[in-house]
Amino acid sequence: MPNIPENLRYAASHEWVSEEDGIYTIGITDFAQDSLGDLVFINLPQVGDDVEAGEAFCDVESVKAVSDVFSPVTGTVVEVNEELIDAPELVNEDPYGAWFIRVGDVTETEELLDAAAYAEVCENEE
Amino acid sequence: MDRKTPLYDVHVAEGGKIVPFAGWLLPVQYPTGIIAEHEAVRTAVGMFDVSHMGEFLFTGPTALDSLNHIITNDYSAMPAGKVRYGVLCTEDGGCIDDLIVYKFADDKWFVVVNASNRIKDFAHMSENVLAGTHIEDISDTLAEIALQGPRAKDVLAKLCDADQLPAKYYTCVRHVIVAGIDCLVSQTGYTGEFGYELYCTADKGPELWWALREAGREFGLIPCGLGARDTLRLEASMPLYGHEMDETVSPLETGLDFGVRLDKDEFIGRDALIAAGEPKRCRVGLEVTGRGILREHQDVYRNGELIGHTTSGTFAPHLKKAIAMALVGVENAAVGTEVEVDVRGRRIPAVVVPMPFYKHA
Repeated sequence: MPNIPENLRYAASHEWVSEEDGIYTIGITDFAQDSLGDLVFINLPQVGDDVEAGEAFCDVESVKAVSDVFSPVTGTVVEVNEELIDAPELVNEDPYGAWFIRVGDVTETEELLDAAAYAEVCENEE
Repeated sequence: MDRKTPLYDVHVAEGGKIVPFAGWLLPVQYPTGIIAEHEAVRTAVGMFDVSHMGEFLFTGPTALDSLNHIITNDYSAMPAGKVRYGVLCTEDGGCIDDLIVYKFADDKWFVVVNASNRIKDFAHMSENVLAGTHIEDISDTLAEIALQGPRAKDVLAKLCDADQLPAKYYTCVRHVIVAGIDCLVSQTGYTGEFGYELYCTADKGPELWWALREAGREFGLIPCGLGARDTLRLEASMPLYGHEMDETVSPLETGLDFGVRLDKDEFIGRDALIAAGEPKRCRVGLEVTGRGILREHQDVYRNGELIGHTTSGTFAPHLKKAIAMALVGVENAAVGTEVEVDVRGRRIPAVVVPMPFYKHA
């Protein structure tokens, strides 16, 4: 069973979101990192880039394949986790600590799932 | 409907992530992950289920002549117990498959082909063997396990008489008793590392797997999936059918000259290969100098001009670099040539480097 913390919200495309004072922190879930396998490269956006709910903002490469990461919110990137550039394996080790981006000026959010609803999504995909 | 190898239940028990591959259900990786599996083979020892491979037996008084007729290499001056690479060509000089041939006796040979081409190869061979050669597809009767890595011999030495093991690269010994099981053992593999491949009857496959697994524990042996098999062969610059070669690519273009004996009197495809002359394109190794990972089927540019495409690409776990192989015009093949590769709209700088990317000590 993948780890799905109760205190976060989730997109069905396997991103997690936490919100504090209008800033949304976004990463990928334990289920996502496990499905992708060992990550070796993350192509992150830059501070100031606009992201759109439901659109890809980043791609991640595992040894085997490339996958898009989708933004659950529309807004502007205010911070990028630069640590991941040289150490993409942090996402495998600690998916809920290794956040990708922080987004501000959020005008729209996708319909987000709570932990129980997201667990069902994962179960159906296994 | 995808088929299960004799070791399918073993993979499930080992926690393998099962995927369809070439018509078979096989593990792409185990819980350890591709990088750890790759490193186990480079620094200790790893084991793979390769029972999906196709195996044919050639028997009869003209078996040798048949092999020399349908395969590009020369099998004439070959002692029993030797193994030799070769390519099956079309009349046009394209690659139907690549394979390895084991000599058991003058009138008995064992041929191992790619799983994805097994049906096609057998049809082609059946059509073209000479009178006096009988060929049989015995793939379904066999299990095959590859034991690869610097500690591979230490593992086997616990389970058999180590003096019986094939002492040289590309040789084989029949009827080696490993953990009580009758095996064909060859010093071969597809990882660029020292190692063996073991064949036994299908029903004995799981027993052989668990015996190796137990004996290997003290040497760091772990099971490895298709993912690591691909990164290992790519890091060692070994071509893969459907990537570096297919029926539209000649074995000379993809750099398999060592297995193509144009000085033989005749073989299927020889005339076309000679008529084509010096290849105009060739296989090169690329190393990314910018940031990103290259994959297959990406366009390669030099000074803005399209010069070819990648055939395989990955992050090489042992070298810790993004590498690829590409087919490019021969004028762009010099080591040090700077190119760019189109990765989903981004141009990633790369440079032509010598192959193999990795060579074991």
